Amino acid sequence: MNAPHIAAARFVGQRLPRKEDARLLTGRGSYVDDVVLPGMLHVAFARSPIARGAIKSIDLAQARAVPGVRAVYTADDLARFNIDMVSFFLITPPPGPKVYPLAKDRVAHVGDPVAMIVADNRYIAEDAAALVAVEYEAEDPVLTIEGAKSGARVHPDVESNVAQVMGMPIDPDLEKIFAEAAHVVTGTIKHQRIAQSPMETRGVVFAKQGDEITVYLSCQSPHVAARILALDFNLPQSSIRVIAKDVGGGFGLKTQPWREEVATIAAGLLLNRPVKWIEDRLESLTTSNLAREQEFTLKLAFAADARLTGCYGDYALNNGAFPHAPDCNVAVMMFMWTPYKLPRFGFMATGWHTNTIGLGGYRGPWAIESLAREAMLDVAARQIGIDPVELRRRNLLAAADQPYTTTMGLTVEDATPLECLDNLLKKVDVPAFRAEQVAARKQGRYLGLGIAVYIEPTAASGFPVLASDVANLRIEPTGKVTAILSTHSQGHGTQTTMAQVIADRLGVPFEDISIYEDDSSRGGFGPGAAGSRQAVVGGGASIRAADILVDKIKRIAAHLNNANPQDVHIEDGMVKVAGVQEVTRTLREIAEIAYGDPTRLPHGMEMGLEAQYRYSPPPMTFTSAAHACIVEVDAETGFVTIKRWVASEDCGVMINPAIVEGQIAGGLAQGIGQVLLEEVEFDAQGNPTTVTFKDYMLPAAVDVPEFEYTHICTPSKSEGGFRGVGEGGAIIGPPTLVNAIADALEPFGARCLELPLTPSKILQLIEAGRSNAAA
Amino acid sequence: MSEHPIDVTINGQKHSGRVEARRSLCDFLRMDGGYTGVHVGCEHGVCGACTVIVDGLAVRSCLMLAVQANGASITTVEGLAAPDGTLHPVQQALRDEHGLQCGFCTPGVVMSLAALTAGNEKPSVDTLMAALSGHICRCTGYQGIKRAVRRLAGEPQPSEHA
Repeated sequence: MNAPHIAAARFVGQRLPRKEDARLLTGRGSYVDDVVLPGMLHVAFARSPIARGAIKSIDLAQARAVPGVRAVYTADDLARFNIDMVSFFLITPPPGPKVYPLAKDRVAHVGDPVAMIVADNRYIAEDAAALVAVEYEAEDPVLTIEGAKSGARVHPDVESNVAQVMGMPIDPDLEKIFAEAAHVVTGTIKHQRIAQSPMETRGVVFAKQGDEITVYLSCQSPHVAARILALDFNLPQSSIRVIAKDVGGGFGLKTQPWREEVATIAAGLLLNRPVKWIEDRLESLTTSNLAREQEFTLKLAFAADARLTGCYGDYALNNGAFPHAPDCNVAVMMFMWTPYKLPRFGFMATGWHTNTIGLGGYRGPWAIESLAREAMLDVAARQIGIDPVELRRRNLLAAADQPYTTTMGLTVEDATPLECLDNLLKKVDVPAFRAEQVAARKQGRYLGLGIAVYIEPTAASGFPVLASDVANLRIEPTGKVTAILSTHSQGHGTQTTMAQVIADRLGVPFEDISIYEDDSSRGGFGPGAAGSRQAVVGGGASIRAADILVDKIKRIAAHLNNANPQDVHIEDGMVKVAGVQEVTRTLREIAEIAYGDPTRLPHGMEMGLEAQYRYSPPPMTFTSAAHACIVEVDAETGFVTIKRWVASEDCGVMINPAIVEGQIAGGLAQGIGQVLLEEVEFDAQGNPTTVTFKDYMLPAAVDVPEFEYTHICTPSKSEGGFRGVGEGGAIIGPPTLVNAIADALEPFGARCLELPLTPSKILQLIEAGRSNAAA
Repeated sequence: MSEHPIDVTINGQKHSGRVEARRSLCDFLRMDGGYTGVHVGCEHGVCGACTVIVDGLAVRSCLMLAVQANGASITTVEGLAAPDGTLHPVQQALRDEHGLQCGFCTPGVVMSLAALTAGNEKPSVDTLMAALSGHICRCTGYQGIKRAVRRLAGEPQPSEHA
């Protein structure tokens, strides 16, 4: 069943316009804030203005007195629910500090929700929130990784500021490798804190109909949300129905409902009224769980021929106060050396708690592994005096090396990093660029070329929550096809891609297929958008379910014509029986018989044309890529102009190349923002200072070049041959751009290892280089 | 809070209402008018998602108060397509060029481009690209939006680099 049906494909591989777009372009989408219910109340939160301290008293009298305020709640009011906040991986009891929806006794970061107002409208709720009077006993906050090491405990109920630690100090074997190495290269990569910033902020609407709780939620999977909310409130899962129709971007932030969503649901349960909370942008930038903020010191050992012999990494992560998962992000270590032959790797990874907003997921949560590895390989190439492409060639996994088991125990097979690099270099003439670079430098212009390579383990099915997806397919009595899938789109276009897959496999027109993935009560559990998995797992489930239906249709048609099922073919919605005289029936005729006339079905056959398949792919599906980018750095202003960017990747069989390229481009744009623009900053007291899109700068159209693409399509071992592509752009974008900037600044001896590389930071690097040269 | 009567025309329909002085135009359009295609992304005039056309000009409806729109003619994204469902040229270009993913920023992008290309206007690529600087899209990296802009300006797409 592994052979992808490429030859027969009519829709898979086509740049079809998306089914989603007609409604989204005309303002007919349905996002959570578009849900309006009779009697619906609105929530606003009163939040802590200090980063750390005890709550001495809360005076709610003035807030309660505002006309239109229906309720004001604090942690004590929600205590009766005994809520246990559960993380995406459903670990119970959750490790780390006890997380309450509303702060209890203490506050641990600026923005910590202390009280919630429920009022007739949001304007009144915000008026009242400003009148909540809280007396705090402020304490000096712990804000940074360095501060966490020696500072006071962030959480009194957790024994230290270490959220999680894994790994070991450097051992004698690695010491020996470094002692014997021809080249030892060290450096520290620092990644700033990022705000995922989906254009639609978080939001929730609670409603209760009879005994059923309906939650409209901006999320990445209604199934995961329903499961987590049921665990949070200790309710049967089927009693909570989560609906998420259109969602305006997630990027990892919306993998799980968190404190404000849960508090809003609790308020709805207390009031027995529909209740809505829509996060505003100030809240989004200051109190939505953020991402990154890491420091990674790497030590690399090379033999005289520039082959890697060993590596040790010391990694630290600022988890903030209430991260979605209080961990040390060990995935960074797991995936770091996947594309390269590295005999020995050691690491220490530590996650720290601080008095800042907690971390959440973000596209490529482990992405610093590629940034650190690829940036340090370029540092190594300069130090050793070897071309960075040649250094990679000597160490990358070739086809002949696979299957290859990494030092972390991952078995890599059918990955193509070297082939992607070769394909990239067909489009990027490196010698020609070097000549141009030399000529430009003579004119005082600084051009740079950056190349980076990676392998992304997509559709990992080893975690229980990520193990499978389900497709529920029906050919309706009308002959039209309904598919209920456990996938979910926040812009991914799965209503289009899954319809392409199903249309090909069933042999029906693309237009005849309707995809539903919006409602936890419609179909079975699936993790939705997480881990670049939906094409692989949702696509695989759709194919297998379609195969069951095809088999049934063939048996019915054969029975009706006294023919052999092998002689039945379905094409464009017509069921053809080959023979002396070809017989053709519409799918609708077959469906009407299947649903309505048991006497004409083969003996013992179940009526209807309905099938379900739950598909679990191989443990990992590897997507490979190599990217190149050319920049010009203005040495007078420090501004970076991206002149060209070429993406070469292998995501297996492409369902819709326009959607594949859209995923890559979106990830790259986010990567560009991380390298050049974005940074969440705090003052010395822990107040966020990047609180609007005027201070937290996202890439605009002018900042993002038009990308070029070249594809290799090596079918994977998963059903359909697909590979994931959702996160890769955000993973490989930063190292590609960082390497290009470092190459441009090579005449100044600059190391560009601390993000973001803003104009002022680049000018500092240039000035430092000039002073060194003068000294 | 003082209330004020206002009369506006939205997508050709007359709407009358009483609004608090502080009510933003975007909230009025969404909550009082039911035009939920007006998306509120930042409420401080940077992201451009809430852009609507007021008396022929593209306006950020989060930065305008409803009372300021009294007497105005407003077009939202719901008012662009023909009654038979035929998409406006801006909408069609974005659809053909895969200019959207999650669709949240899209109504604002559509309205800015529609305002600039209204009537017989044929603005240059540079003019349209400059207008895009007032819109944030987090999904697409602006690739399809830029292709749509070229199509609207009647300019060819760049050929692949050698």
